[in-house]
Amino acid sequence: MSNNMKKERESLFSPKNIKLLRNPVNLDNPITVQVLGICSALAVTVQLKPAIVMALSVTIVTAFSNLIISLLRDTIPSRIRIIVQLVVVAALVIIVDQVLKAYVYDVSKKLSVFVGLIITNCILMGRLEAFAMGNKPWPSFLDGIGNGLGYGAILIAVGFIRELFGSGKLYGYDVIPKAAFEAGYVNNGMMILPPMALIIIGVIIWLQRSKNRELIDKS
Amino acid sequence: MQHSNKYIIIYSTIMVVLVAVSLTFIAMGLKSKQEDNIRIEKMQNILASVHVEASVKNAIELYQKYITQTLTTNSKGENLAGVDAFSVDLAMELKKPVEQQQLPVFIATLDDGLNYTIVPIRGKGLWGPIWGYIALKDDFNTIFGTAYDHKGETPGLGAEINTEFFEKQFINKQIFDNQGNFVSVGVIKGGVPDSDLHNVDAISGGTITSKGLEAMLKDCLINYQEYFKNKGKI
Repeated sequence: MSNNMKKERESLFSPKNIKLLRNPVNLDNPITVQVLGICSALAVTVQLKPAIVMALSVTIVTAFSNLIISLLRDTIPSRIRIIVQLVVVAALVIIVDQVLKAYVYDVSKKLSVFVGLIITNCILMGRLEAFAMGNKPWPSFLDGIGNGLGYGAILIAVGFIRELFGSGKLYGYDVIPKAAFEAGYVNNGMMILPPMALIIIGVIIWLQRSKNRELIDKS
Repeated sequence: MQHSNKYIIIYSTIMVVLVAVSLTFIAMGLKSKQEDNIRIEKMQNILASVHVEASVKNAIELYQKYITQTLTTNSKGENLAGVDAFSVDLAMELKKPVEQQQLPVFIATLDDGLNYTIVPIRGKGLWGPIWGYIALKDDFNTIFGTAYDHKGETPGLGAEINTEFFEKQFINKQIFDNQGNFVSVGVIKGGVPDSDLHNVDAISGGTITSKGLEAMLKDCLINYQEYFKNKGKI
């Protein structure tokens, strides 16, 4: 046991831990591979700014709920473990919501209910049940950050495409020159509607699977 | 590991109390900041009704510059002394009987030197409350500008009430007819010719929100009619 502990301490960023951080961003991505958290991914990606804030919020909540649950994992009575997980997640989400309301009020209005709905995000409960309940705090924390980033990466990619083609802006700034509009360029109205987010996520999944053959279901 | 019922009860009690206490402290700590945001947004909305665009940073400064007078009136058009118009909560006032309502009025003096009277309105949309500010020209009849907002109307449909193309329609509409009777502004389907001074075109697919907006205009502005009439005569 003590030998084991020593090993853990020596290598905070051992290859195994780095893998925890990197895998969810690509090969084990919560959105494109596990197909979790789709609802909010469709709802908050019309513009880049809310997508980034949402990505950060989810990353913070997954990381710290994983950490807290992992610290408590030996004390949590198994019969009420889901309730304990929900209380921890809900408390963190309320904190995030309150902070957003105080410091980025306009974005918090755009995200509206979706910050509150982080509580029901399957990614969170999935990670808590599958990882944090059975692993040490540090790997759990990294796993939480990894999954948050994996979720966030897709959100930001989708938000980037939708804001660019749907509104001709990025992060609220005009990027498509006026001359293009005068020459007949039109913003794609479909981009700002949820179906287009689903299509973009579909395309991302397709690209990812054509690059990583091992992700393709063999059936 | 199987825990006893006693352990579970104690565990959950401690956990819930700890979480409740810490959340309370955080909410209290952030409260003043959040209230500032709400006040700044209110200032932005008031300014938007007279076509002054304010950012979060300069809202307070512009508000102090352009909003030269605030007062509170009642349905008889009398001035109520000692009531701060800005802090009147219209949602609460509308629940009271009409005679007891305190009605805020904001007077803006713009760069053109003219005075505009801004009154708040509030009503029901499809999913939740809708509200806004109406700015009248100095005849207390012609609309100079409007700013609407909503809690959660359907995006692309009812939520369109706070877009420029919809708000623009209200400019130069009149709330009193030629005989001086209060008629408000209707929101109707099927297009409205420019010569119609008392109607605007509704939003396709946003019928309930449009109807709610029409009712909101009527119900709120009617309380001000005495005030407007008194002022209009002078």
